[in-house]
Amino acid sequence: MTEIFGVPTQALFGQLLIGLINGSFYALLSLGLAVIFGLLNIINFTHGAQYMMGAFAAYFLLNKLGLNYWWALVLAPLAVGATGVIIERLMLSRLYKLDHLYGLLLTFGLALIIQGAFRHEYGSAGLPYSIPEILSGGTNLGFMFLPKYRAWVIVASLVVCVGTWLVIERTKLGAYLRAATENPAMVQAFGVNVPRMITLTYGFGVALAGLAGVMAAPIYQVNPLMGADTIIVVFAVVVIGGMGSIMGAVITGFGLGVIEGLTKVFYPEASNTVIFVIMAIVLMIRPQGLFGSR
Amino acid sequence: MIFKRKLLAAAAMLALSAGAQAQISGNVVKIGVLNDQSSLYADLSGQGSVLAAKMAIEDFGAAKKGIKTEVIFADHQNKADVGSQIANKWYDAEGVDVIVDTPNSGVALAVNQITKDKKKAFLVSGAATADLSGKACSPNTLHWTYDTWMLANGTGNAIVKTGGDSWFFLTADYAFGHALERDTEAVVLKTGGKVLGKVRHPLNTQDFSSFLLQAQASKAKIVGLANAGGDTTNAIKQASEFGIVKGGQNLAGLLVFLTDVHALGLEKAQGLIFTESWYWDLNDDSRAWTKRFAAANGGKYPTMVHAGVYSAVLHYLKAVEATKSDDGTKVIAEMKKLPTDDPLFGKGTVRADGRKVHPAYLVEVKKPSESKGPYDYYKVRATIPADQAFRPMAEGGCPLVAAK
Amino acid sequence: MAEDQYKPHASRDDAAEARYDRKAFIVMMALFLVAPAVVYPVFVMKALCFALFACAFNLLLGFGGLLSFGHAMFLGMAGYVSAHAAKVWGLPPELAILAGTAASTVLGVFAGMLAIRRQGIYFAMVTLALAQMVYFFCLQAPFTHGEDGIQAVPRGMFLGFLDLSSTTVLYYVVLAIFTAGFLLIYRVIHSPFGQVLKAIRENEPRAVSLGYRTEHYKLAAFVLSAGLAGLAGATKAIVFQLASLTDVHWSMSGEVVLMTLLGGMGTIFGPVVGAFAIITMENYLAELGSWFTITQGAIFVVCVLAFRRGIIGELEAWLRRRRAG
Repeated sequence: MTEIFGVPTQALFGQLLIGLINGSFYALLSLGLAVIFGLLNIINFTHGAQYMMGAFAAYFLLNKLGLNYWWALVLAPLAVGATGVIIERLMLSRLYKLDHLYGLLLTFGLALIIQGAFRHEYGSAGLPYSIPEILSGGTNLGFMFLPKYRAWVIVASLVVCVGTWLVIERTKLGAYLRAATENPAMVQAFGVNVPRMITLTYGFGVALAGLAGVMAAPIYQVNPLMGADTIIVVFAVVVIGGMGSIMGAVITGFGLGVIEGLTKVFYPEASNTVIFVIMAIVLMIRPQGLFGSR
Repeated sequence: MIFKRKLLAAAAMLALSAGAQAQISGNVVKIGVLNDQSSLYADLSGQGSVLAAKMAIEDFGAAKKGIKTEVIFADHQNKADVGSQIANKWYDAEGVDVIVDTPNSGVALAVNQITKDKKKAFLVSGAATADLSGKACSPNTLHWTYDTWMLANGTGNAIVKTGGDSWFFLTADYAFGHALERDTEAVVLKTGGKVLGKVRHPLNTQDFSSFLLQAQASKAKIVGLANAGGDTTNAIKQASEFGIVKGGQNLAGLLVFLTDVHALGLEKAQGLIFTESWYWDLNDDSRAWTKRFAAANGGKYPTMVHAGVYSAVLHYLKAVEATKSDDGTKVIAEMKKLPTDDPLFGKGTVRADGRKVHPAYLVEVKKPSESKGPYDYYKVRATIPADQAFRPMAEGGCPLVAAK
Repeated sequence: MAEDQYKPHASRDDAAEARYDRKAFIVMMALFLVAPAVVYPVFVMKALCFALFACAFNLLLGFGGLLSFGHAMFLGMAGYVSAHAAKVWGLPPELAILAGTAASTVLGVFAGMLAIRRQGIYFAMVTLALAQMVYFFCLQAPFTHGEDGIQAVPRGMFLGFLDLSSTTVLYYVVLAIFTAGFLLIYRVIHSPFGQVLKAIRENEPRAVSLGYRTEHYKLAAFVLSAGLAGLAGATKAIVFQLASLTDVHWSMSGEVVLMTLLGGMGTIFGPVVGAFAIITMENYLAELGSWFTITQGAIFVVCVLAFRRGIIGELEAWLRRRRAG
């Protein structure tokens, strides 16, 4: 068996694949964040809490309404997105004329409230949620055992990311949206309801976070703190990718997953920190991010 | 005549005042339950420990014996500085006589030091570090329910003896995780097993797939989880997903509580092997107590930490009654002298180094089909007698013992 | 962050301002001098350390216009160095505190050189990234003992004759340190350096065109802020005889933002008030666990939406309206 740096190639491939799977989570999460920042210039710190709400929504749908995972994939993001709409209408919209950092502080405060409330109600040990029947089990690829669910995560994440990118960059709706954020007055003058577009866009970004939460529920413990440390990593991803670029966030998300996977093989203790080292380096050399344009 | 009567009266008054608890500070025995009320360890300790303390007071009959007690609690949030501040405030400004529980070894060590400086009393149920009865031992602290040595030896020994002789460790990268790994590895090697590899993961890791892959590749018979709380449950959940157990390897949890199994569900946790020093379904006494506990705890069953708080507070009150004082050092000394006896742990002793000894139990999590009722999660695979369950006093390096 | 909300003094007469400040300072000092008789002194000491931390942070944010999301690295790093110096090297407390402050100052130089090159949200992100790396270092480095932290730090004799094991003596020493830091910040803000800093905050391109090397000023403010935050952290380690990971975690960086925001950004006394308010709340709500987090969040939200000037800011605005009206 050949070895690279003392690790058998077979094991390495397994780790790379795992890295790709984790990357798809990062990509899905940073997609929502990138949409919100890229189009609306809002720094949504609540994203981690909204991701957590998506997972909890899936849990409630199953345990209170008997609706399984597939229903949750549709309903949970809608529910979480609706809360996002409320937040935008009631609070965020008042801050648009101020410095962006106020939006950051507001969403940070909201994240604390949401996380604290859930923790108060549900403790921190977490709640169980199972992988749906049809996706359980897995296949032996030779170099590793790949659970079906994880393969599903990669596919679903790619579909959602590419789909979102297409809508925003290649459709009329997306064009209106991009125009509206660049020059709201003019687009408003053309009869487009700009405030509503902004609200819906924020809601959409939040719904993406909720979707990521539903997808996470079967494999990570559903607990109130699941978004807390993830949020700063996702921020790092968006910053590295370029805060205006959706594709940048997605690619960086996948890339980070792979790099983290490699770090786990060679220096596992640092796997939580490597992203920040990269972020610092990128910000030094290319402050607008790898794919950003601002 | 009159003089004699006066003398009698004076003597009577003297006798009465000597019998009264004039030596109990502030006339109240104030018990402070310091633990995690809101995060990682809230379920295994938290409010349940407060309830356990109150049940101990009730069962001791404090009210009837005329000993006034008060129970307060606070959340140390798993932070050593928060815990220290609360301990300081409690001892200095609120007249607390004894602090109980305190999961999280870092916090426990800090409170241990403060208690020693202020000569109060500290009864540790929740924390794991064996140093509390080792190099950090103190005449004011007793380590009650379990410790890392017991866990490592109980689980490690028993598993190797039943055929699990090759291990791969998944270790949380902090002091507690390292200690657990080190102690367990020592036991495995001593009983003739092998350690095929280890990997350290950051604390609070969400995703273990990469580490589990390494565990699978090592082909070790046992994957030892030297971590706790969310890390353990996450690792177990994902191990099930990656078919670790189905692939022929077994998971050994080195620190698992009833609440963790409850959070995971039997589907994911089945087959897990670990050591505890108490389980609600051990005997009639523990079942009866559990029924009372659950009724007052929203239906949630007690963990060994809760049982430990009950047992420790009960013994503490007996010692207070015996010494007629709540002076920390005196009561702790008395607690070491008196043999312990309670419905949960049965008869036992407290050693000179502050370590309470009682039997430990190697348990395995049942399959879903084997579980007949709520919280019916464990089958007891082996009982480790009290004299073997804990580290021999001479090996601990406790200064109180070495001086002898 | 050149918003009107941050410059409540914009239209004030300088002499009147100085008089008001002096009066407020005297009131504050009087309160602190008698506090130990009324309130549990350890609590006040904790609040004083955090007040100094918040004042240092405010120097950078309120007066320099730079939001740092990683200030915990200075508080915590200094705490670790100070604790290690006192416990392992056996240094007397004043030298231990100095060592801690020096460490955070040096860290401030390196961090500042990297961060200053960016603005706004990117500046904040760089400071966050650096703070995470410091956190990782503190988690891994053997001398910090990871999750357990450095415990049983001796208090010793300050300057050789003040016995810090006495709570009262310790209190007045801490008060002296706080006052020194506070006055230093005050002097800096009202010095020509401080004026240039304000000018940079309000309109950096104009300051550049006037010939000021704005990068140097910003770096100097950053290093000063880092050093004073370190002083707070180093002192706190001696008071609590403990240095732990809590002080380098990013949520601590968030807390100091909250204290400054609540108290009033860009005001002199705001951070002190904010720190005391938050620490008091923490005290009361500590028993209720999650409620503290929820309340913190709620304060953030309310402050951002309706109370941007913070307690002192609103107070000053009200006083000005009264004087004018």
